[in-house]
Amino acid sequence: MDKKNKHALQVSALCNGTVIDHIPADKLFAVVSLLDIPSMNNNVTIGYNLESKKLGKKGLIKIADRFFTDDDVSKISVVAPNVVLNTIRNYNVVEKREVRMPDELHNIIKCNNLNCITNNEPMATHFYVSNRKEGTLKCRYCEKEQNINDVELL
Amino acid sequence: MKSRSLVSINDLSREKILSLLETAGKFEENPNSKILDGRVVGSLFFEPSTRTRLSFETAANRLGARVIGFSDAATSSASKGETLKDTIMMVSSYADVIVMRHRLEGAARYASEVSPVPVINAGDGANQHPSQTMLDLYSIKKTQGTLEGLNIHLVGDLKYGRTVHSLLHAMRHFNPTFHFIAPEELHMPEEYRIFCRENNIPFTETTEFNEDVIADADIIYMTRVQRERFSDLMEYEKVKNCYRLTNTMLEGTKENLRILHPLPRVNEIAHDVDENPKAYYFQQAQNGLYVREALICDVLDIKI
Repeated sequence: MDKKNKHALQVSALCNGTVIDHIPADKLFAVVSLLDIPSMNNNVTIGYNLESKKLGKKGLIKIADRFFTDDDVSKISVVAPNVVLNTIRNYNVVEKREVRMPDELHNIIKCNNLNCITNNEPMATHFYVSNRKEGTLKCRYCEKEQNINDVELL
Repeated sequence: MKSRSLVSINDLSREKILSLLETAGKFEENPNSKILDGRVVGSLFFEPSTRTRLSFETAANRLGARVIGFSDAATSSASKGETLKDTIMMVSSYADVIVMRHRLEGAARYASEVSPVPVINAGDGANQHPSQTMLDLYSIKKTQGTLEGLNIHLVGDLKYGRTVHSLLHAMRHFNPTFHFIAPEELHMPEEYRIFCRENNIPFTETTEFNEDVIADADIIYMTRVQRERFSDLMEYEKVKNCYRLTNTMLEGTKENLRILHPLPRVNEIAHDVDENPKAYYFQQAQNGLYVREALICDVLDIKI
């Protein structure tokens, strides 16, 4: 097998589904668990520590016959803000979405402040992204600023 | 959802603040009337706060409203495990406006979203206490004639003191210069220093509290340095008397200087200061009544 074919084997083509690319290697397994991949019956390929010019080492997830909603994308953005979602139909990339954290996060993450009403009342959380670059979020309720790296998903 | 609720001082524009202060001024001239005759104010103090509760309830009573509610969560059904939402829904079917104090941060914002009647936040944990900030602003404007361009010295616990944080936020509309005077352990958190820089608010910081530091002050806002805030009690013992204002310190200060304190005071202002005409903290508390009259009328959309 020549070098080119070996490469093709590593990232074989998908007929229909989603390729999540440019996941920082250290975030790969967080994304895997976030999307609840272990409970999926779909054909899934996971690439770990692949070479990447942009990231050094990256992760990649290919999921056959599965497409993601905007809500899922918002969730992914919390764990890995700059990943790329490629939607594949009939072996062609029909859409390339760069995951961007939305301006507001509705019921995706938990507030870090134990004295926040959202941790004490059956209600949805709501955060404003105050600084996307730094990953700073502000809880709509307790108004505490917190960093995206310190918060837990709901 | 209910735009007329008052949850956070940060929600108020400069114009709104000034118009509320003007209304409060009218209530100072005439604090008693019947404009809330037939109205019911729900006073829900899930956490005790005698001073704030009495001030709000007096405001309601002096305008002819009737007051229902509780002064402690132990006497409400919250102690039986009722959710905040259910309590608010129940009370809002009886009352025209809800004044609430709660130990949890964000409780008032949430209540304002679920309540069909306006909610006034009378303190939500360490977060917001907008009627306190409004009465601070009222006191500053009344004693200085303006809110513009003042030299404001914040003294004591600048780390946990929510009153100083809210005051700082509200004053961003009025070109102040701040002076932060606090022990190392209780210095102004970075997020507020960033806030000042972003809003072009000049500020200085020092750990020294003496005659020289306050010589050019228009307002000294004192706060209590609380023992429980210190991880190291030795440190507390060292600093507890350093942030104490005495009458002799006021000798060289400006004529227009006034001393504010959200109260209760412990020993951070010596009792001999009380007789000094620059002491203003008791009048400041009294101003809370007029401000709260204005706030209740505003959320009920009653024009004065």
